[in-house]
Amino acid sequence: MRREKLRALAPLDEPEAPSDLRVRQLRARDLLRGDLEGPDLEQHVEESVLTTTMGKALGWGRANSIFPATFGLACCAIEMMSIVSPRYDIARFGAENLRASPRQADLLILSGRVSIKMAPVCRRLYDQMLEPKWVIAMGACSSSGGMFANYAVVQGADKFMPVDIHVPGCPPRPEALIYGFNKLQRMILGSPDPGWRHRYSAVGTEEWAREATGRASKEEIEAYEAARDLIASHESARSQASRGGPA
Amino acid sequence: MSAHTHHSTPAHGGDILGETGEEVIGTSPVERTAAGDVLEPEEELLTINFGPHHPATHGVLRLLVSLEGEIVRDLKPVVGYVHTGIEKNCEDKSYWKVIPFVERMDYLSYFFNMEAFVGCVERLLELEIPPRAKYLRVLHMELNRIHSHLVWLGTSALDLGAMSMFFYCFRERDRILDLFEMSTGQRMHTRYFQVGGVFEDIPLGFAHNLRAFCAEMPTRIDQYEAILNANEIFLERTRNVGVVSRERLLDLGVTGPLLRAAGEPWDLRKVTPYECYEDFDFSIPVGTIGDGYDRYRVRVQEMRESVRIIEQAIDGLPEGPWIADDRKVVLPPRDELSVSMEALIHHFKLVTEGFRVPPGEAYFAVESPRGELGSFVVADGSSKPARVHIRDPSFVNLQCLRDQCIGGYVADMIQNLAMLDPILGGIDR
Amino acid sequence: MPDAPGLELIAQELNADAEGSVLGTYHEHGQGCLIVNPERIIDVLRWLRDTPGQEYRFLSSLHGVDYLPAEPRFGVVYELMSMPRAERLRLRAALADPGGERLPEIDTCVELFPGADFQEREVYDFFGIVFRGHPDMRRILMPEEYVGWPQRRDFPVGGEPVIFTHDEPVMPRWYE
Repeated sequence: MRREKLRALAPLDEPEAPSDLRVRQLRARDLLRGDLEGPDLEQHVEESVLTTTMGKALGWGRANSIFPATFGLACCAIEMMSIVSPRYDIARFGAENLRASPRQADLLILSGRVSIKMAPVCRRLYDQMLEPKWVIAMGACSSSGGMFANYAVVQGADKFMPVDIHVPGCPPRPEALIYGFNKLQRMILGSPDPGWRHRYSAVGTEEWAREATGRASKEEIEAYEAARDLIASHESARSQASRGGPA
Repeated sequence: MSAHTHHSTPAHGGDILGETGEEVIGTSPVERTAAGDVLEPEEELLTINFGPHHPATHGVLRLLVSLEGEIVRDLKPVVGYVHTGIEKNCEDKSYWKVIPFVERMDYLSYFFNMEAFVGCVERLLELEIPPRAKYLRVLHMELNRIHSHLVWLGTSALDLGAMSMFFYCFRERDRILDLFEMSTGQRMHTRYFQVGGVFEDIPLGFAHNLRAFCAEMPTRIDQYEAILNANEIFLERTRNVGVVSRERLLDLGVTGPLLRAAGEPWDLRKVTPYECYEDFDFSIPVGTIGDGYDRYRVRVQEMRESVRIIEQAIDGLPEGPWIADDRKVVLPPRDELSVSMEALIHHFKLVTEGFRVPPGEAYFAVESPRGELGSFVVADGSSKPARVHIRDPSFVNLQCLRDQCIGGYVADMIQNLAMLDPILGGIDR
Repeated sequence: MPDAPGLELIAQELNADAEGSVLGTYHEHGQGCLIVNPERIIDVLRWLRDTPGQEYRFLSSLHGVDYLPAEPRFGVVYELMSMPRAERLRLRAALADPGGERLPEIDTCVELFPGADFQEREVYDFFGIVFRGHPDMRRILMPEEYVGWPQRRDFPVGGEPVIFTHDEPVMPRWYE
C-alpha cells in the first residue's frame, strides 16, 4: 500500500518533463542503488562534486568556526558581549564558542583602550595564541588611541601587535563588529574585500608626500613611479583575468 | 595563571614576582613565611596570579592570591590595567567636551557619570535646570540602573555557571538600549546630559515604547527570580559567603548595594535627594547580613523599584524646555541662529571657547548602581576645569574584597568578585 | 552641609582644641571647606570623627589637587560625611612643594578611615605626595616603574601628534 503511494508520488517513468530538482533526486536515488551508469553517471558526478584547492577548503573551515578569545578591556567589551546575545547572534557565523584560554582561541578581539600597563599583557596573550590567529581591533581606542590622546593609552594596538581588522566606533554597534567579523572571514577565505582604491577605481591616485614638498631625491621618485606602474599593471592583469569583477 | 610555591624566605617579605616584577607584602600566615618560618608541606602557600586576562574578573583586574590548599589566605588586587588618564585629559578640554570623557569611566553607568559631572558644574555655575530636564535625567538614569544591573546579573550568573541567565538579561538589555537609541541616538556613551539640562527632547513614540517596556519588565524580573531565587546551587554558592560587617563596610567607605545588603539603609537618592527624586515614591531594598545572596536580592529589587520610578517619571513628565535658558552656558536653539545676532555670537563663543565657570570647587555625589559616585570639580575662572576628580564607587568598594575572601575558598572568591560588581573602567579611570 | 556660621563654629572649636589647626574656611555653593594645617590633619580628622555632635565618620573621598600657580601648591582634599545628620564637610590639607627632588609629605589617615588605603595610594601615584605611615605606599594605577607624577599641572598630557602626509618625512614611522 505504501509502495503504491510512493510510486504514485514519485513514478519511475514520468510522462511530462520532470523538474530539475526532481531529476537530480531521482539520479541520486539511482546512484545509491547502483542503477546509474554511462553518461548519466558522469553528469551526476560532475554536478554534485566540487573541486577546490586545499587552501580554500581550509580557509572555509577556518573562517566558519573561529574561536574568539574572551578578552574584554573596557566599554567595547560590553558591546562584544552583546554579539553573543540572542539579538546579534554571532553563532550564525560559527563563533559562539568563546574560549577563555588564549591557547585555544583563534581570534583576539581587542575591545577597549589598551593602557600602557596592559600592553605587555596583550602582547603576551597574542604570543600565546597558536597559528593561525587574527586580531580585530574593536573600537576607536584600540585602533588608534581613540579620544584618549594622553600618557596612559597606547595610541593604537598596532603599535605592538599585528592587527587585521579595525572596527571604528565608540563603541561600535554590535552590527558593526559583526560586519568587521565578516570582513575577517572573507579575508581568511582568501578573497579579501578590495581596498577602497580598487573599489572606487582610484588606483594610481596616490600622492607622494616627498614629491609634494619637493624633498625627494630623483632615485626615490623613479622608484616610486616604477612601483606605481607595477601596481597598475597588476591591477589591469587581475581585472582582465577575472572578467565580470569590479572594473 | 602562573604559580610559585614558597619554600624559603627572602629577606624582604614574600618575594612574589608578578608579571611586572612587583613585590607583594603579605599578612598573617604569609607573615610567618616572611618572618623566617619554614612551613610544613601541608601548610605551604601557593601564590596564584589571577591575571588581568581571566574570564571571571569582570574586566582587567589582577589578583595575587595566596592559597593554602583551597582556602584563600591573602589577596592583593592590582589595578591600573585600563588606566586611561581621563582626569588629566579633562583638564585640557572645555567643560562641554569633558562630558564624553567622564562618561567613559564607569562604562556601564554612563548616565550617572554624566550626571555627577554635570551636576557639579551646575552647582558651580549656580544654574537652575528646568523640571522637564530633571525628569528626563531621572528617567534615563533609572533606565541605566536597570541596564547596569541586568549586565551585572547576566555576567555574574555566567560566572556562577547559570549560562542561560546571560541570554535572558541581554535580551532585556537590548530593549533598554533601543530606548536609549531612540531618545539619544546612541546605545552606549550617549553624551545626553548637558550642563543645563539634556541635549534634546524625547521623540514621539518614546513614551509609548517606554510604557510597553515598563509593563513587561516586572514579569521578566519575575522570570529571573524564578530561575535563581530558590535555585539550590545558587543558594549554596551565595548563602553566608562573603559576609563583612556593616561597621567594617562603613569604615572602608563602601556604599551602594553592598552596604544596603549589609543592613544599612543608605541611599543618596533618599538621604540627599538631587534632581527630582523627592517627587517619586519608591523604596530602598535593604538586606540582612550582607552575604552574596542578599546582594543579589537587593539588586534585583532595585530593578523593580527603578521600573516604578520610571513609570512615575513618564506619567508625571512636565511640559517645558529641556535645557536651561542661559545663553552664556547653553547653546541657543538652531532656528534662532538665522534671526538673532546675539544667538550667533553665543553659539560661536560656546563652540569655540566654551563657557567660563567662576573660580570655586564643588563636590556632587549621585547614587550610581555601584554606590556613591561623586565628582569634584575645581574651576579657575577659565573655560577649562582645573581639576576633575571622580570618586568612583568601585574603586573604594574593591577594598572590601580582601575582607570578604580571606578565609574562604577560591570558588567563593569568584562569587565575591561577581557580587561586588566592580567595573574596572571606574576603578582605573 | 553645615551652613556658614556652623562652619565657623567648627573652625573655632578646632582652633581652640589645638592652636593653628585650621588656617581658613570658605563656604560656597552650599558646601563648607576647612583649610587645615597638614601637620595637624590627623588630630582634626579624629576630632571631627569622634566628637559627639560632629560625627563625621564616613570618608567619601580622598583626593589631591594641584593648584599650581597658587601657593601652597598641593591640596589633599578629604570629603567627610556625617551619616546621622546627612551633612558633608570638606577638608583641604594645604601642602607646599618642598622643591627639588623631595616629595611633599603628610600623615596617613588609614587608622582612622581604613577606606583611605587605595585612595592615598592614588594620590601618591598621581601627585607624588607621600603619606607617612601608610602600610603599602606604592603606585596603584600607573605601572610600578613609572617615573613622574602624571596629575601634576606641569606634567604634559602626552599622546602623540597626528601625522599628516606632509609630516611624514620628518616623523619616522613607528617601526623604523
